[in-house]
Amino acid sequence: MNDTGRSPLNNTPAIGTPAIRADQLCRHYRMGETLIRAVDGVTLEVRAGEFVALLGSSGSGKSSVLNLIAGLDRPTSGSVVVHDRDLAQLSREELAHYRLHTVGMVFQSFNLIASMTLAENVELPMRFAEVDRARRDSLAQEALARVGLQARMDHRPSELSGGEQQRAALARALINRPRLLLADEPTGNLDSHTGTEIMNMVRDFNQQLGMTVVMVTHERALAERYAQRLIFLADGKLVGDKSNSAVIASAQTDGARP
Amino acid sequence: MKLPDLTELALRNLRESLLRNSLTTIGISVGVASLVAMLSLGIGLQQLASRRLMKSGLFDTVVVTSRRDLRNFGREEERGGPAPAESRILDEPTRREIEQIPNVLEASPDIRFITELRYEDKPHLTMVAALPASDKSNDAFETVQGHFFSSDGAPEAILQKAFAEELLGKTPKPGLDETNVAELATPLLGKELTMRYAQREAVQTTPSAGANDHASAPGDQSLAGAAYSVVSREQKLKIVGVADLDPESMRGPTRARVFLPLGLAEGLHVMQPTDLREISRASSDQPVYSSVNVRVKNPSQVQKVEDAIKKMGFNTFSILDASRSIQQFFKVLDVFLGIFGSLALAVAFIGIVNTLVMAILERRREIGIMKAIGASDGDIKKLFFAEAGAMGILGGIVGVALGWAIGQVINVGTNVYLKSQSFPPEHFWSVPWWLVAFALLFSFLVSLAAGLYPAGRAARLDPVQALRYE
Repeated sequence: MNDTGRSPLNNTPAIGTPAIRADQLCRHYRMGETLIRAVDGVTLEVRAGEFVALLGSSGSGKSSVLNLIAGLDRPTSGSVVVHDRDLAQLSREELAHYRLHTVGMVFQSFNLIASMTLAENVELPMRFAEVDRARRDSLAQEALARVGLQARMDHRPSELSGGEQQRAALARALINRPRLLLADEPTGNLDSHTGTEIMNMVRDFNQQLGMTVVMVTHERALAERYAQRLIFLADGKLVGDKSNSAVIASAQTDGARP
Repeated sequence: MKLPDLTELALRNLRESLLRNSLTTIGISVGVASLVAMLSLGIGLQQLASRRLMKSGLFDTVVVTSRRDLRNFGREEERGGPAPAESRILDEPTRREIEQIPNVLEASPDIRFITELRYEDKPHLTMVAALPASDKSNDAFETVQGHFFSSDGAPEAILQKAFAEELLGKTPKPGLDETNVAELATPLLGKELTMRYAQREAVQTTPSAGANDHASAPGDQSLAGAAYSVVSREQKLKIVGVADLDPESMRGPTRARVFLPLGLAEGLHVMQPTDLREISRASSDQPVYSSVNVRVKNPSQVQKVEDAIKKMGFNTFSILDASRSIQQFFKVLDVFLGIFGSLALAVAFIGIVNTLVMAILERRREIGIMKAIGASDGDIKKLFFAEAGAMGILGGIVGVALGWAIGQVINVGTNVYLKSQSFPPEHFWSVPWWLVAFALLFSFLVSLAAGLYPAGRAARLDPVQALRYE
């Protein structure tokens, strides 16, 4: 994928309206006698079109925050508002609708369904959205072409390399044109070359499609190379939040390029 | 999710664990097959029984007698009405009147008499009865050796097996009914019998009251002095058939062992027991009958016809009540067979639950992924329902086919056995279309019910937990 054809919106992600607002967000759960504070009073705001990395060591609560933003989990207390909708107030059905239309997710272990071909995996969210078959087929082809997998459409995930699987997962995450791309350690299972390839794609989506990206990673170097903002978590608490001026500057330079 | 997508996904998932799902589906098939087999056996036996009973003429026949006979069969409800002496005579115009009652197929007079038959110059005394042409379909004549009467007026006779034995000088062993009818028939068919009988001849001395005043009170003074003569006659009869079964098994002691065509018997004007009683009508040309057999179109109309005839002032008898209890018996039998058949389906039910619960454990992660990319609880629930339903429909189709095949095999097998025992083949296995529809629907519903718990459990799965599961 090249860097051409981006929309004007994508050049200035920092000017976006708030996409995500977490206020005193808590996620506690019990494990036997002990109370685990996976997320403990996190307050943060992510603007539309921003590329944010959640950094922290294992058990810092970064994945838990991501799950709360994704609507896969519900906060114990506090609130998380995405595009003016308080996820804590949504019913199970409404949360499913939110995940289907507003959020696209990629995971460390790709999470493609093994029994389905790539094309079927990619069009699966559209089945849930009750999109017509003909439209589904063409959109799935288009999405796979976008990640360079048009030739592997009828292959099953087990026949593909990790990088290819993650590209397919990216195509699936984008298929319903979500406003939010949530990535949980997307390069964790990939070698550095493939990881770079995937990260370039994520950055392209962020810049070309104006998608807000929240990426969970423990690799600081990776975060610094791609994310416009780094948020640090430790023991479920927010311990740092800094802009990555290098990335912002580069994005602006890219945007100014004819 | 739309239904076609749901079906496609469900079938794909079933194909993924082919062995386990096939085994579960086979379980359902066996359940449905046993249900179909049991019920079709019950239905088939019921149809066989009613077919046999219908053919026997027992259930669609009303026997009409005059109250003047003083034979009211001891029934309470017939003790009312006019006194026997004032009630009507059962004669030809009355018979025609009965035939006009709606739903009556025919009303044939019962002509029977004890007489002497000579075969190879040896006399034999027996009861002779006349049969209407419609009796050809009576199942007693289905296995007749030879054939039924060639016409209603033909001078022919059909013998009952026991009388054939008597003619040939064979003594049947008591309790054993092993005599081969074909062996008995061979020397008798085409041979001649000479029947001696008493013919009634009206003596035209007193002016007749006319043929049409049958409704006038019997014993009318103007008829006093009427007379008839009794003349001994002979009639040659050709033996055309020997019946294995007894067409008059219900008649008890008055049953006949030699049968004549009704048309022939009517023309003979044989002296009947009623002739003595109705001596005052001696000059009339109209015959008087001791009883008339009324055949009704359908057993369900027997009661109505009986009521209409009773209203005319006659006694009636039918064994409708017996048929009701037989129907009740078969209903109970069907229920019991259905319950036994359903037991196998209950086992299949548990099989489906087990398979789907296993599938949830196995596909936990897949369910988590689906939820993460936007599947609602309802989508997941529907997917598991669709899988259960698909197994139910597939199992149902295979099961119905299997049940039908089992039935055919047993049918063929039993008929081979029946043939070896020289019985006619029977079709006692019936799979009506409604049973097929019922079995398919039942199997589908049972499978959906079995999917209820697993589907609910899958839908409630926490996606975060499910995604963590490896």
